[in-house]
Amino acid sequence: MKRATWLVPTLYILFLMLPIYWLVNMSFKTTNEILGSFTLFPNDFTFENYMVIFTDQSWYMGYFNSMLYVSMNTVISVAAALPAAYAFSRYRFLGDKHLFFWLLTNRMAPPAVFALPFFQFYSAVGLFDTHIAVALAHCLFNIPLAVWILEGFMSGVPKELDETAYVDGYSFPKFFFKIFLPTIKSGIGVTAFFCFMFSWVELLLAKNLTAVDAKPIAATMTRTASTAGYELGLLAAAGVLTIIPGAIVIYFVRNYIAKGFALGRV
Amino acid sequence: MATKSDNNRAWLFVIPVIVLVAFNAVVPLMTVVNYSVQETFGDNVFFWHGLGWFEDVLRSERAHAALARQLMFTFTILIIEIPLGVVIALTMPRKGVWVSVCLVLMALPLLIPWNVVGAMWNIFALPDIGLLGRLINSMGIDYNFTQQPLAAWFTMILMDVWHWTSLVALLAYAGLISIPDAYYQAAKIDGAKGWAVFRYIQLPKMKRVLTIAVLLRFMDSFMIYTEPSVLTGGGPGNSTTLLSIDLVKIALGQFDLGPAAAMSLIYFLITLLFSWIFYTVMTKDEGQ
Repeated sequence: MKRATWLVPTLYILFLMLPIYWLVNMSFKTTNEILGSFTLFPNDFTFENYMVIFTDQSWYMGYFNSMLYVSMNTVISVAAALPAAYAFSRYRFLGDKHLFFWLLTNRMAPPAVFALPFFQFYSAVGLFDTHIAVALAHCLFNIPLAVWILEGFMSGVPKELDETAYVDGYSFPKFFFKIFLPTIKSGIGVTAFFCFMFSWVELLLAKNLTAVDAKPIAATMTRTASTAGYELGLLAAAGVLTIIPGAIVIYFVRNYIAKGFALGRV
Repeated sequence: MATKSDNNRAWLFVIPVIVLVAFNAVVPLMTVVNYSVQETFGDNVFFWHGLGWFEDVLRSERAHAALARQLMFTFTILIIEIPLGVVIALTMPRKGVWVSVCLVLMALPLLIPWNVVGAMWNIFALPDIGLLGRLINSMGIDYNFTQQPLAAWFTMILMDVWHWTSLVALLAYAGLISIPDAYYQAAKIDGAKGWAVFRYIQLPKMKRVLTIAVLLRFMDSFMIYTEPSVLTGGGPGNSTTLLSIDLVKIALGQFDLGPAAAMSLIYFLITLLFSWIFYTVMTKDEGQ
């Protein structure tokens, strides 16, 4: 039994890789090969699907749109969450626990509940189909997440650090930006990663709040399935390209992923 | 944990967060509340409808069926993902280069946009061009998830296991590596073997992370929408129409605002209850 322990993670990872392999495999095939024959490797190896995406504006703009609103959301979420998380980790104030709980309920709220009112609300204020609309809408779950994760990291910093700085004559802003933020920079990095990630994977709201100008890439994908016939190769290539950003950054945060998912509480 | 001092001026720090979240949460939620007690015949003319929609939803067989499917789905994936995640965490390497390899590869599904997950599983499981579909059919089992409710359920659950088991495994692993070596040495001296070590050392140490894992998986699977809606679209028939899918069908498909709003609020109250449990567990042993 002892010797066979490597088998379980290996089989599991194999299981994880199979659908991804199939997607990659398909992205290098021509539509004819996909529909006409069943092959484990592309016979007619082609980059054509990727070329279409990189040359057709409606495709590559999808990436640009996604990246833009995801980045905006990450910046807004982290910037707003930093002072709030500091307040929660250092002070008791009127209604702090209720507030903390209220934030959590927004992380847990089903986006489907908000889909229609969001659409009407953002249309009413004239923000429909803009990047900032999606970025703001994603704040609904990303700000609570950011506050919780940052609070977890900040609570790990001893309060003596603050007190020493004040004794040394630092003003609060100077202490906060010069000493405190550098101390928790790994926490900020992890939080930014999680905001990025949840904004990147969420699509129900992103799709409902956009039409043309700010349409995310993954929503563009659904179009191929309906209008342009069934261009599976193209769909697969677009899918592969959406996996890449996550795959690149994941290496840097691998040891913090559990902490992030547990909202900074492991 | 540092002791906190009283300071009501800390409210100033929280204002940006409150404004941003309230902008998103309170206004739309009030819209939902508004719709849930009114009837409309179009043209933006609304009539007071009292609690009628709530009664309708609570009595409607359609909502009951969607809730039943939702609970069935949530409990099935919990029963599979939690033990599987624990087993994977227990068998993962603790040292060396393989740790990073395992962590990175396992986390990969978590970062794929949710409708790409659905689309990927769709083409993976199609009986004619998908690897999985071909494989199952070549074993002599008639499998076509676009036509058979049972096959659709099987695919949907397999997809969720694929997507989220890593979350359980990563959390359990984080709990496991926090156990000091001294515990294992003490167990060795006492002559404790496999199961006893797991039952009396590892499991108690993992209790907190596992509670978090169960609650997170419960809540996230309870509000799942994108993946199954791309994979099966709720079909064949209504066989995989979970709560969120049904809600979106009613609200955006049929534009029945009143019933959809009432259903949203009931849905929201259920999640609120579980959020409270989650909150209690999370903050329990932090004192203050």
